[in-house]
Amino acid sequence: MSGNVFVWIEQSGGKANSASWEAVGLARRLAGELGGQVIALVFGQGVDSVAQAAFQYGADEVIKADDPSLAHYRFAPYVSLLAKLVQERNPAVVLAAASTSGREVLAGAAADVNAGLLTDVTELSLEGGKLRAVRPILGGKVLREEAIVGEGPQFATLRNRAFPAPQPDTSRSGTVTEAAPALSEDQIATKVERVEEAAGTISLTDATIIVAGGRGVGGPDGFGPVRDLADVLGGAVGASRAAVDAGWIPYEHQVGQTGKVVSPDLYIAAGISGAIQHQAGMRTARVIVAINKDADAPIFRLAQYGLVGDLFQILPALAEEFRKRLS
Amino acid sequence: MHVVVVTKSTPDTEATVTVEAGGNVNWGDKLVVNPWDEYAITEAVLLKGAHGGQATILTLGGEEQQEALKHGLAIGVDQAIRIWDPALQNHDSLGYAAAVAAAIRKLGDVDLVIFGKELSDIASDQHIFQVARRLGWNMIGFVSKIESLDAGAGTIRAQRLTERGTETVTSKLPAVISVVKDINEPKYPTFIGIRKAAKAEMPVWGLGDLGLDASAVSPRTQVAGHRELPKREGTVEMIEGSPQEQAARLVEKLLEEKIL
Ligand SMILES: Cc1cc2nc3c(=O)[nH]c(=O)nc-3n(C[C@H](O)[C@H](O)[C@H](O)COP(=O)(O)OP(=O)(O)OC[C@H]3O[C@@H](n4cnc5c(N)ncnc54)[C@H](O)[C@@H]3O)c2cc1C
Ligand SMILES: Nc1ncnc2c1ncn2[C@@H]1O[C@H](COP(=O)(O)O)[C@@H](O)[C@H]1O
Repeated sequence: MSGNVFVWIEQSGGKANSASWEAVGLARRLAGELGGQVIALVFGQGVDSVAQAAFQYGADEVIKADDPSLAHYRFAPYVSLLAKLVQERNPAVVLAAASTSGREVLAGAAADVNAGLLTDVTELSLEGGKLRAVRPILGGKVLREEAIVGEGPQFATLRNRAFPAPQPDTSRSGTVTEAAPALSEDQIATKVERVEEAAGTISLTDATIIVAGGRGVGGPDGFGPVRDLADVLGGAVGASRAAVDAGWIPYEHQVGQTGKVVSPDLYIAAGISGAIQHQAGMRTARVIVAINKDADAPIFRLAQYGLVGDLFQILPALAEEFRKRLS
Repeated sequence: MHVVVVTKSTPDTEATVTVEAGGNVNWGDKLVVNPWDEYAITEAVLLKGAHGGQATILTLGGEEQQEALKHGLAIGVDQAIRIWDPALQNHDSLGYAAAVAAAIRKLGDVDLVIFGKELSDIASDQHIFQVARRLGWNMIGFVSKIESLDAGAGTIRAQRLTERGTETVTSKLPAVISVVKDINEPKYPTFIGIRKAAKAEMPVWGLGDLGLDASAVSPRTQVAGHRELPKREGTVEMIEGSPQEQAARLVEKLLEEKIL
């Protein structure tokens, strides 16, 4: 076994998921300890610029599979290719971001090569050559420590924004190794017919700033001031389940146990009481600001800053103030 | 058509969680059907209603899982099977996948396997994708809508929800899917359903029944312990004044702390 660390780089339409660079940053640290190299894996079509960026973020080698059959993410061809490359190159560690496709690809390939997998981890280290991870469980109320046992490649997926992103170094470059797909198009039963990107909006899990509204916004129009503040801050819009269930905003925006788990630098909760299931999705935010007219709302026990008052007055005042100070 | 839904009970989300001195975690013992699985079970019943055939609910675990099976039967699933064996005591996702895939094969004529998006307690979904791989079947994760299903032709068209938006995909059956909250409104048991479920026989399949030996489920990962989160409560700084004053002070603080 080599001491090499594989990182599967997630990309879509030639644009990498920034969480993949966080994984490359961690891979550098682990490869240093193992005396190996960081090998980035880029699958897709027309992905040269992603391969170049991988060097700049810290990869020593890039294995690139550029083929129409890989143009869009699909489970079978991606899993089969990753498993094949792991068998050929026998890395010590295989990492990826714990996005929907990162979770699928690593779990599938780990099954193919019978490797241990630690998912959605927020800390990762090596002890005697074995991965040891920490991850929040039970709605983020407790941290669980998990370890890999036995020999062979060790897999882990990393929670978005739990590991620092490295600074790109534009002078770095390296060798690109070309790889062929593991499956031909006629061996792939799944076809992607249509992709509708949520245009112009910032993905909640990538966002560094989130402004979220709950039942307190009172209706679909109540998300107006929430959205305005998010726009001023270049952030994303979140919501509680109560607001989603009421049909005021689509489910993609739901934060919490049955929605998305987010870790922004700043989370502004307006008209959200702070139920335990909502906390499960946002308690790891670096700074939480709560705006609520009820001074006893549980959200104030989690927040760093609390503003008691009417969100319809406070949100526009905040937007105004930020606009002044940030311009 | 034969649709299988796989479930597992999880601690109640309202439970108070404590970590014991030895690193074990304690949540009282109250279990609920994993909230995500409510959608999966409902979808299995809806598909059976729309396409005919039968629905089976499957779980892996001890006696504590019986309630979830009964819940499935009570809302319209036809049969319930529990997989359990002492050798599964410390199983990980690979051991889980080996056993569940073997049970699905033993059922024989399955067209579609449905999981809830993830286990709400450990927020993990790896076992789902590994079941698909152990079966060698197609996988469609994070499905928000089944647009069409044709068991005769062996095809499915579904929408899946990812971070980037919505994708429409087609695939061949048999397949494994995981479903998200958008897919339906969960059904709740009726009185008659509950009575029927109470009387149902629920076979337990051990590794022997599945044609597996203990080495097929030996774990590659283990839980090493638990610890409490660093406490955050009690640190709130209340910002008072008129809305304009509150806004000005908050922005000042966020800029001072370089949050922006
Ligand atoms: C299994 C399960 C899973 C769940 N998953 C999730 C999940 O993923 N995400 C989630 O969010 N919830 C989830 N919930 C629901 C959760 O328990 C709460 O019901 C929900 O979070 C409440 O939403 P809310 O805070 O918006 O509403 P409420 O609890 O009704 O709070 C509204 C708040 O707005 C304040 N308010 C009203 N008007 C104003 C105003 N003008 N200005 C300022 N403040 C105002 C009120 O004082 C109140 O505190 C789940 C529940 C269960 C059982
Ligand atoms: N009884 C179970 N039902 C479903 N999945 C399970 C079960 N037990 C474990 N898993 C999966 O196995 C992985 C490892 O579990 P654990 O051994 O508890 O750490 C989890 O992340 C789940 O994906």
